[in-house]
Amino acid sequence: MSSNETGTSKIIEVEDITLRFGGVTAINGVGFHVTEGELFAVIGPNGAGKTSIFNSISQVYRPQEGDIRWKGKSIMGERPDAIARLGIARTFQNIALFGQMTVIDNILTGRHIRMKNNWLTGMAWFGPAKKEEMENRERVEDIIDFLEINEWRKHPVALLPYGIQKRVELGRALAMDPELLLLDEPVAGMNLEETEDMARFILDIREELGISMILVEHDMGLVMDIADRILVVDFGRPIGTGLPKEIQSNDDVIAAYLGQDFSEEISID
Amino acid sequence: MIDVLLLAQESTGFFPTFLQTLIKGLALGSIYAVMGIGFVIVFKGTQVLNFAAGGIAMAGALFMSILVNDAGLPFLPFSNPLAPEIGTTPSIPRWLINLVLALIIAAILGMVLERIAIRPMIGQPLFSMAVITLGIETALGPFNRDATSLTARSLQIPWGLEQWEFLGAGIPKSYVGAMVAAVLCFLSINLFFRSRFGVAMRAVAFDQEAAQAQGINVGRVFSIAWGLGAALVAVGAIFYGMGPFPPQGTVSQEIHPVLAFRVLPVIILGGLDSIPGALYGGLLIASAEVFAGQYLAQWTSVLGAGYSTIVPYIVMLIVLLVRPYGLFGSEEIRRV
Ligand SMILES: Nc1ncnc2c1ncn2[C@@H]1O[C@H](COP(=O)(O)OP(=O)(O)O)[C@@H](O)[C@H]1O
Ligand SMILES: [Mg+2]
Repeated sequence: MSSNETGTSKIIEVEDITLRFGGVTAINGVGFHVTEGELFAVIGPNGAGKTSIFNSISQVYRPQEGDIRWKGKSIMGERPDAIARLGIARTFQNIALFGQMTVIDNILTGRHIRMKNNWLTGMAWFGPAKKEEMENRERVEDIIDFLEINEWRKHPVALLPYGIQKRVELGRALAMDPELLLLDEPVAGMNLEETEDMARFILDIREELGISMILVEHDMGLVMDIADRILVVDFGRPIGTGLPKEIQSNDDVIAAYLGQDFSEEISID
Repeated sequence: MIDVLLLAQESTGFFPTFLQTLIKGLALGSIYAVMGIGFVIVFKGTQVLNFAAGGIAMAGALFMSILVNDAGLPFLPFSNPLAPEIGTTPSIPRWLINLVLALIIAAILGMVLERIAIRPMIGQPLFSMAVITLGIETALGPFNRDATSLTARSLQIPWGLEQWEFLGAGIPKSYVGAMVAAVLCFLSINLFFRSRFGVAMRAVAFDQEAAQAQGINVGRVFSIAWGLGAALVAVGAIFYGMGPFPPQGTVSQEIHPVLAFRVLPVIILGGLDSIPGALYGGLLIASAEVFAGQYLAQWTSVLGAGYSTIVPYIVMLIVLLVRPYGLFGSEEIRRV
């Protein structure tokens, strides 16, 4: 194992995974690692296998070949909920919120793994149960402040604008106090202003909370600006890994993204 | 016994009769509500309408009967260390301890059934799941029938048909017992939904994949939903077994098998996914049934014997005409 440029320890290692659905090879020998505090991006056109990589990490899909290690230990064959409890949170490409629940309740659901009170201890109304509930609610309030969604707190999420729903989903993932965040196309379908907001939140999460992230995008613009390192996939195959600068000048990548304008940049304040 | 009660009722005036009818309605409503909550928990946790509830409820009542009559444990070759002396009616505390034991065994039955018949079906169409529960109902039939085939089995109710006198009305202790049981069940279920299991169950009801991504063990939610659901319908079946309810202190081969089907209008009325709906639905339907039975009795020749048992369905149809999702149900359930 070679050490990497940021020099800290590897939090997750994906080693040559291959995932097939019948005749379709969704992932074909993809490997990468993410170090602590790193913002790693996976880009590629639609259908390239990006979401399948997330689903493999979550063990919703089980790759037929390869290995995935969390802090050095293989997580292949674990249940998806066990993966989440390790400290791996995610958002979904097609928002998967609990539609009729309020913003607060959705985010509170992310606290589930941090809740210790069961039915019996919950009956001790004002004891530790009360204290724990207060702590969880406080954490939810912090996240609501952080993501600037205070005005929507009591609304059922299904009724909220798309960009806000994306933020709530990010909030629910943050509520788990994760060590690794998987963000599946967090700015897809957003207008420029919403995209800039989301980019700012992602950078803040890295700076203020120090959470490692894997960011999946099909559009290069955002990723070139904010990612530490980038993996490019096409038709399930890895076609290059490196710093944004290196990726921009990689011939295979340019071929895969023929016609795309790399110079398009977004401004982040 | 029955004749004595009827005589007592005939000799009372308007107010005592009304009060007695009201209490009876509340007691029957308590039983419907508790069983309704049993259906609702399973539906909330697993999105399955549990047609096996009747079989599970009756099995639960039989467990109770085995515990208090035979000094044995259902399915196991061990004796029941908490059993009353054979042939005697237990004291109330001892009966209650055995009740808790019977409910635990019923919960285990529910969890086992979920594990072997429902869990493998996760992801299958809900209709298939509902049919599977019908299969479970059928499979439980022989156990329930064999256990009761010779004679109705006693539940050894410590207070039998005793009643309190109150403002000229006779209030059977069994009725009060059913109400107390319902209140306790309702309170603990509310506590349950405030705990982390409640959070988990709500999340699973909305979106299993998203729930898993929050670290929620979907299998455990299924298991708990079926365990609780089984215990709750068993509570209903046991308290309905007490006189002066028709089984008169027994598990009845004729009456118990159809009890759960009388609860169906309750949850359809209340909304399949609503706990308060099951409570109010149960009270409303049972009151309609009991009051119609009491005050329309002189029309029996026109309405036909047993007309009061049709009343729940009539009430249900009227409500559904006005509110297709039930009184408290979420509109979303329409998709199912
Ligand atoms: N559950 C599945 N069953 C069959 N094929 C799938 C499944 N999930 C993904 N695929 C296929 O795998 C390929 C990669 O899909 P996906 O990972 O969603 O790509 P991306 O997220 O990069 O757009 C596609 O061809 C897709 O049709
Ligand atoms: Mg995708």
